Amino acid sequence: MNRRLITLSRIFQTGAVNFVRNISLAIAAMAVMVVTLTIVLFSLITNATFKNTVTQITNKIDVSVFLKDTVTPAQTTVLLSQLKGLPNVKAVQYLNKTQVLQQYEQQNASNKQLATAIGQTSNPLPSTILIKTYDLNKIQSIKAFLVQPANAALQSNAPSYSGDQETAINKITHATDILREVGIVAIIVFVIICALIIFNTIQMAIFNRRDEIQIMRLLGASTNYIRGPFVVESTIYGILSAAISVAIIDAAFVTASNALQASALGLLDISYANSFFKSHFFELLAIQILLGIVLGAVSSIIATHRYLKFKTK
Amino acid sequence: MILLDRVTKTYPRSEGSAALDRITLNVDPKEFVIVVGQSGAGKTTLLRLLTREERPTSGKIIIGGIDYDKLKDKEIPLLRRKIGVVFQDFKLLPNKTVFENVAFALEIVGVSNKEIRHTVPKVLDIVNLRGKEDSMPRQLSGGERQRVAIARAIVRQPRILVADEPTGNLDPKHAWDVIKVLEKINRYGTTVLLTTHNQEIVNKLKRRVITLKDGKVASDRANSGYKS
Repeated sequence: MNRRLITLSRIFQTGAVNFVRNISLAIAAMAVMVVTLTIVLFSLITNATFKNTVTQITNKIDVSVFLKDTVTPAQTTVLLSQLKGLPNVKAVQYLNKTQVLQQYEQQNASNKQLATAIGQTSNPLPSTILIKTYDLNKIQSIKAFLVQPANAALQSNAPSYSGDQETAINKITHATDILREVGIVAIIVFVIICALIIFNTIQMAIFNRRDEIQIMRLLGASTNYIRGPFVVESTIYGILSAAISVAIIDAAFVTASNALQASALGLLDISYANSFFKSHFFELLAIQILLGIVLGAVSSIIATHRYLKFKTK
Repeated sequence: MILLDRVTKTYPRSEGSAALDRITLNVDPKEFVIVVGQSGAGKTTLLRLLTREERPTSGKIIIGGIDYDKLKDKEIPLLRRKIGVVFQDFKLLPNKTVFENVAFALEIVGVSNKEIRHTVPKVLDIVNLRGKEDSMPRQLSGGERQRVAIARAIVRQPRILVADEPTGNLDPKHAWDVIKVLEKINRYGTTVLLTTHNQEIVNKLKRRVITLKDGKVASDRANSGYKS
């Protein structure tokens, strides 16, 4: 066999054997890695769930434009195409007077008095254009378009923003923006903390075996031959810890869905979090394993460095 | 084979007094040299300089044609592979078995597994450790550990063997067995540099004896004895 291949296979073999022989140290290091990687995984799922909640909220918000009864179909078509051409418009839906009435009746089906009152008059509701936006923060361009005199003349009432007050929408968009930013910052912070904790754990594990490194050095082992098994060992820590952290979250979802029987806890929609975890299972497992491997390998490379130096004085 | 020219080693905390003071030595190929001296005389420092664990404060060291001044860091492992070392404190790898400790010296130079399986038992035979192959160092007595260290040092058949008090932890019988092993590999052509306190061994061996005192060469005599 090629000499390099022999060396490489020995590095892997030694790393695996060392893992087994130093199992108590390995368990201690992996316990810390499991906790930190679980926190990272939890924050990834939480962030995705918050994002979903934000999307759900923003999807419920429409800009409603109410048209006068005198507006002709040709004028409506022009207005619709102009609205579609605006930069922040995601979708435009036209509802004629009858459709608006039907929708109103459906929404108020339980209110019999109201249904009777509507039945006794001709349809008072205006035909309506519903606009969905990409970004609620950039609604100003739509507003500016709608208040232009030519366009304002076609409207029976001022546009409604989801039928709610503009300030309420602004509050929601502000809150969702903060949530998005907090989610991203939280993930970055957790990954950094996780990296530091794992680095320190592996550094301590290697510190315990610094004499071994120095002996191997004295016997004439090359840097890679000494370092290799430590990197392999730390990589095994990383892979196993990642797998365990995913298993913990999986078990937590099973327990939570059984125990809570609830779909939502405030902003954290557990059923969505669960379905996100299930549908992205292999991606999340891959991210965790990759994170475990990179953190384990890089930490062991840095930690062994100081014991591999030759005396210069 | 080993040349030291006015080598001085001063440690930063030693307040000016040198561990080795302008030592000049010349050891020929295949020679068996014993270095004696009391504790603190500089024996261990001398060996640490030879293995490039330490760098001299001044002076020149040339071993097997390798000038230490010109030695780059990445070449140090190659140098150490040419020198077999028996350390005073054994320096066995605690997580490896006896067999693996000896095999390690061969693994790092890329020897095949087949050759390792063939060579290591032979060397363990020489140091009387057959049957202990699977023992961990912590399960061995001091003398057994010493013999593992010797087996590891000689398994590569180095051109130079440096042994720092290899009989220090052994009873007289085993001590003499170890010396016989060193003599044997010296007969095969390895240059041996042995440091010891053991007056009886020095007197029996009748080899060149270098006496160190306060970091200086106090005497250097062929076929000499020693009185501590």
